[in-house]
Amino acid sequence: MKYESFLIKYAEIGIKGKNRHLFEEALVNQMKLALRRCEGHFAVTRSSGRVFVDALEDYDFDEVVDALQHVFGITGICPMVVCKVLPIEELAAEVVKFVGAEYPDRHHTFKVHARRLDKNYPLDSMQINEELGAAILDAYPEMKVDVHHPEILVTVEIRERMYLYSHIIPGPGGLPVGIGGKAMLLLSGGINSPVAGYMVSKRGVKLDAVYFNAPPYTSERALQKVVDLARQVAAYSGTIWLHNINFTEIQLYIYEKCPHDELTIIMRRYMMRIAELLAKKYECLALVTGESIGQVASQTMTRLSVTNEVCTLPVFRPVIAFDKEDIITMSKKIGTYDTSILPYEDCCTIFVAKHPVTKPVAEVIRRHEKNLEEKIDEMVERAIETDEILIVDASGVRKLQEN
Amino acid sequence: MINEIYLDNSATTQCFPETAELVSRILTEEYGNPSSMHHKGVEAERRLTQAKETLADILKVSGRNLYFTSCGTESDNLAIAGCARANQRAGKHLITTVIEHPAVIETMHALEEEGFEVTYLPVDSDGVVSPETVAGALRDDTILVSIMHTNNEIGSLQPIAEIGRLIKERNPKILFHVDAVQGFGKAQIYPKRMKIDLLSASGHKIHAPKGVGLLYVADGVKIRPTLPGGGQQGGMRSGTENVAGAAAMAFSAKRLYDHLEEDVDRLYALRARLIEQLQGLDGVRVNGKPGRESAPHVISLSVQGVRAEVLLHALEDRGVYVSAGSACSSNRPHLSETLKAIGTPKELLDATIRLSLSVLNTEEEIDTAAAALLEIIPFLRKYTRH
Repeated sequence: MKYESFLIKYAEIGIKGKNRHLFEEALVNQMKLALRRCEGHFAVTRSSGRVFVDALEDYDFDEVVDALQHVFGITGICPMVVCKVLPIEELAAEVVKFVGAEYPDRHHTFKVHARRLDKNYPLDSMQINEELGAAILDAYPEMKVDVHHPEILVTVEIRERMYLYSHIIPGPGGLPVGIGGKAMLLLSGGINSPVAGYMVSKRGVKLDAVYFNAPPYTSERALQKVVDLARQVAAYSGTIWLHNINFTEIQLYIYEKCPHDELTIIMRRYMMRIAELLAKKYECLALVTGESIGQVASQTMTRLSVTNEVCTLPVFRPVIAFDKEDIITMSKKIGTYDTSILPYEDCCTIFVAKHPVTKPVAEVIRRHEKNLEEKIDEMVERAIETDEILIVDASGVRKLQEN
Repeated sequence: MINEIYLDNSATTQCFPETAELVSRILTEEYGNPSSMHHKGVEAERRLTQAKETLADILKVSGRNLYFTSCGTESDNLAIAGCARANQRAGKHLITTVIEHPAVIETMHALEEEGFEVTYLPVDSDGVVSPETVAGALRDDTILVSIMHTNNEIGSLQPIAEIGRLIKERNPKILFHVDAVQGFGKAQIYPKRMKIDLLSASGHKIHAPKGVGLLYVADGVKIRPTLPGGGQQGGMRSGTENVAGAAAMAFSAKRLYDHLEEDVDRLYALRARLIEQLQGLDGVRVNGKPGRESAPHVISLSVQGVRAEVLLHALEDRGVYVSAGSACSSNRPHLSETLKAIGTPKELLDATIRLSLSVLNTEEEIDTAAAALLEIIPFLRKYTRH
């Protein structure tokens, strides 16, 4: 079967009232960006509450479907056969041929659903349904009509041309990126944070990401791994600015000045502080982390709240209540898992305290952070100056050129 | 730019510049296919024959018993899987040790799936298998014993000659394979005298390019080839020969073996010089036997209270390149089987680095590396997990 066109279904966008055209515009933009990576030329158009993709030349079906499945906001992708407006008898023949080709084993229940948008067509929707249903039954007696729960819904849309479709390939759902502002993702090399970024981005949010690097003690490959993860997330979220922050100095200073069972949490608090400073600098409205309650000793409720108190921006933790297994399943689905499990040390694992305090008292932590007073502010400032911005999208990585 | 001090020669070596020139000349001028009928082909074939002769001379064997492969791994595969499959009527029992390179271990695992039975012998705390243990494991249905010459992680030397003698005393038909990827170029290895039937070596460990390996196969040993194809190299290993790689391997090998004894003496002196300088450090253990009972070029250090990868990158920052005895992370532990086999305590498994020398290293480099270790280790220990 040769499909010349795709009907794109979107759910939530449809109910957004006056803002609807904004959402549709964002959706069309994201689709165009996604299709740019595919071979061939495509027209993406909006027409009476629908979005269409028309292939203007030969293309690879799987490649296009995969690209569209990376566009948030799409709930369904319907490959369509297109023909010029035909009189009912010829249309019936076309529909019979279509059903025969799509369902070779024929033992299905079905229903025809006609939409007549061209009101000049001589028959109305009901009449078209009847005519086409009868033609299908004549041609394939094994098939049965079921108007309530059909296995096959054959849809016919009559516009300036006629469109036939019945398969709906699921899209990722969510909202198109670009309508929800921007958030700063704390991206580690782990399994959780790319999934967290994906989930927030799925709500239409653009992402920046920050990575805390510990040169020279971490491998060049550890940064490469994070760049690769950002690229995989960017295949959904669009371009990500990845901020590579040199955290070594702060880390060593904390080790020098603070009790060792509090190292991780104090480090974590400084990461959040720096992430927030960057977020504000780059106009992000929230922070995103991959934290999940109780997943590791450093993510108890008490610790989360002690970490949280240093931020004024909202902190989104989309996987907070997910089981590890579910997060792994998701990371496999979005394609980040195999990269996440590569074994390189990162700044968090290098000097880890063996028995981190699991029930830190905010008061005590704040008091111990006072030990850092002398130098920490300038160190934070310096860390932000080390920010190396990598512009990451699905097709590659480049450094932001200095002005 | 800091000076590069490359102490990771068991991973790979720098190609000798003269060897690289030879490769370039063969690739651009003598580029013929050794199977071609015309002059270019004959010229290439002559290079190949020459390379075999040179290497045969070093091993004191005949050139007709040598085959070029693509790497040490392929040589190990061809030797072990090829022999096991060709000789399974005589028995299906194979013997090896727990400290072999993955090229051997994984081939053994694959053969187990084909119905072979494999005995994995333990080693002592210095990483050495005892000849008696090998002899004790021999059975009537044993067809092949595969034991490495020099361990790649801790540099332990295996008593190859004695094992060869014991195997043949029990049954001359049992084949003896030696993975000499780390030993070739650092030691005199004579397959005939040592009763070795199959010997693997690799080019890039001896200052030749990556992409060429060597396999010695004794007369009368049956092997089922693993690459079906055009029947080059007597059908043992099909595929157009890597003429430049073969010539390069022979050239570099000759250069090493021309003054092997002095070089080995010098490597032992460098090794001792480094270890000597680390004497003052507490909690640093040199794995394996001391002095000349270990390989001249491998120094395995377990450093209490420091993560190997952190130490590696800190050394890298000073221009000193080493490798981690085993890469480990909280995500996926890859702990070294060799280190486990010699009974390394759990907390040292991911605290072990390997320095490996070559003839290109100098005393100054060793001193610089030692100084870096003396400074970095106490510094990093300040940040040790408690």
